[in-house]
Amino acid sequence: MDEILEILLNDARRSPEEIAKMTRKPVAVVKKTIKKYEDDGTIVQYKAIINPEMVEDRGHPPVRALIEVSILPQKDVGFDHVAERIYSFSEVKSCYLVSGSYDLLLIVEGENIQTVAEFVSSKLSPMENVRQTTTHFLLKKYKEDGKIFKAPSKSKRLNISY
Amino acid sequence: MYVSKLVESLPPSGIRAFFDLVLGMKDVISLGVGEPDFVTPWNIREKAIYSYEQGYTSYTSNKGLAELRKDIVDFLKSRYGLQYDWDKEMLVTVGVSEGLDIAVRAILNRGEKVLVHEPCFVAYAPLVKLAGGEPIPVITEASEGFKVTPEKLQKAWKKGTKAFIFNYPCNPTGTSYTKSELLAIAKVAKKLDFLILSDEVYDELTYDFDHTPMATLPGMKDRVVYLNGFSKAYAMTGFRLGWAAGPEKILSAMTKIHQYTIMCAPISSQMAAREAIKNGAKDVLAMKREYNRRRNFIVTGLNDIGLECHMPQGAFYAFPSIKSLGGMSSLDFAKELLEKEKVALVPGNAFGSQCADHVRISYASSYDNLKEAVARMKRFIEKRKKR
Repeated sequence: MDEILEILLNDARRSPEEIAKMTRKPVAVVKKTIKKYEDDGTIVQYKAIINPEMVEDRGHPPVRALIEVSILPQKDVGFDHVAERIYSFSEVKSCYLVSGSYDLLLIVEGENIQTVAEFVSSKLSPMENVRQTTTHFLLKKYKEDGKIFKAPSKSKRLNISY
Repeated sequence: MYVSKLVESLPPSGIRAFFDLVLGMKDVISLGVGEPDFVTPWNIREKAIYSYEQGYTSYTSNKGLAELRKDIVDFLKSRYGLQYDWDKEMLVTVGVSEGLDIAVRAILNRGEKVLVHEPCFVAYAPLVKLAGGEPIPVITEASEGFKVTPEKLQKAWKKGTKAFIFNYPCNPTGTSYTKSELLAIAKVAKKLDFLILSDEVYDELTYDFDHTPMATLPGMKDRVVYLNGFSKAYAMTGFRLGWAAGPEKILSAMTKIHQYTIMCAPISSQMAAREAIKNGAKDVLAMKREYNRRRNFIVTGLNDIGLECHMPQGAFYAFPSIKSLGGMSSLDFAKELLEKEKVALVPGNAFGSQCADHVRISYASSYDNLKEAVARMKRFIEKRKKR
């Protein structure tokens, strides 16, 4: 992976000026490269990963569920067409085609358990080509995208040593 | 009155008081730390925990677990094409520090001389003195990127020189050497007939070219005590685990001292080290890439604020000059910077008498810390210039 992408993937706040110093490349080149990645869709979005448990005013936090979906593939388009019909719902935050005992793995978000249950029973399950669904509600998030959801612990190193 | 004259004669660490000051202060941005800021990768820690669960709480053989010595020897063979006998030419030590200590004690007779480059790690000259030897400094210059050259080595050499303690990549300068530069140094060692005690603990953190172990150079294997360990590459400083490889006779002499003083390295650390060698390469590479970016970032930043700094080729240290501050000593600089801006670094005079106009900056710290530290140093320098 291009080093510029690697840096941004790890911390999207790094400025072109900082990245230029880190990679010993001219600032203009870094800016141009980032622009190219943004334009061609390599960089889709910049966003923060937030630990919901640390947010003080959470109100009623949304409920998330992992849903396993078994579908019947269609002639010529395989799973893609059914998948598109499913991931186009705004409730579906992520959608993966997977190997194993089911086909699609969805991450679905709703205001509460009932909203998610209703999405499954009224929208997802009745769809033609959807054979079976299994819903797992998320209870606690420990780690996401390589980041551990725990208040950072203090460094155990001494402040100075040879 | 009970302390030996030899120990009393060792220079008290002039900056001990400064260290105490730093250790007692809160909310400091510390660029003074000589160890990785990464925690040991989990698979390695988990292996140590598992070893306790399985009841591995005993001594091992003096030389270290046979399996670990075989792993290290296999690693050296596949990585560098270097061949050592795992039983006769390999010893597991408590860090490179112990390896170096027993190496000098194993080879020196009273009064024999050892070449030591300056700046260098703080322990070298004292260890030579404790072993009854005489350290001979080989002073390196900032203008040459602190490199030891064949000329400097020849010039410093005196009759009775037994060895040269060579550290590359170097703590504190980050200086390292290409193969052709090392060949030139090896040539001097052969011509003047001395051993090289080669401390290569930062070998995995070499950025601009491939690291070449001294022992791989033609005709050098019998002349080199190759010292390395797990601390820096795998972020395992607290495990205290190193190794020494070299000619059987020297290794056997070192083992003698090791068995009477240390007995053996901790078994849990040895078990963890096996995991590091087997499955640690990916983490080492990731850490190296990260350090490389930080190096580029901090060296550019230091030069931008007027602290002239050569580009180090390895380790995780920058060693800038503070000459632009008009004769301020590195200890004063470090003290004032700590008091006024709460940034800690190590004064250069800790690493050699000629280094009072340099400071060691460790970039084993997060970008945000490095960025903030450079901003604070900039403010500090500007205020000083206005005085």
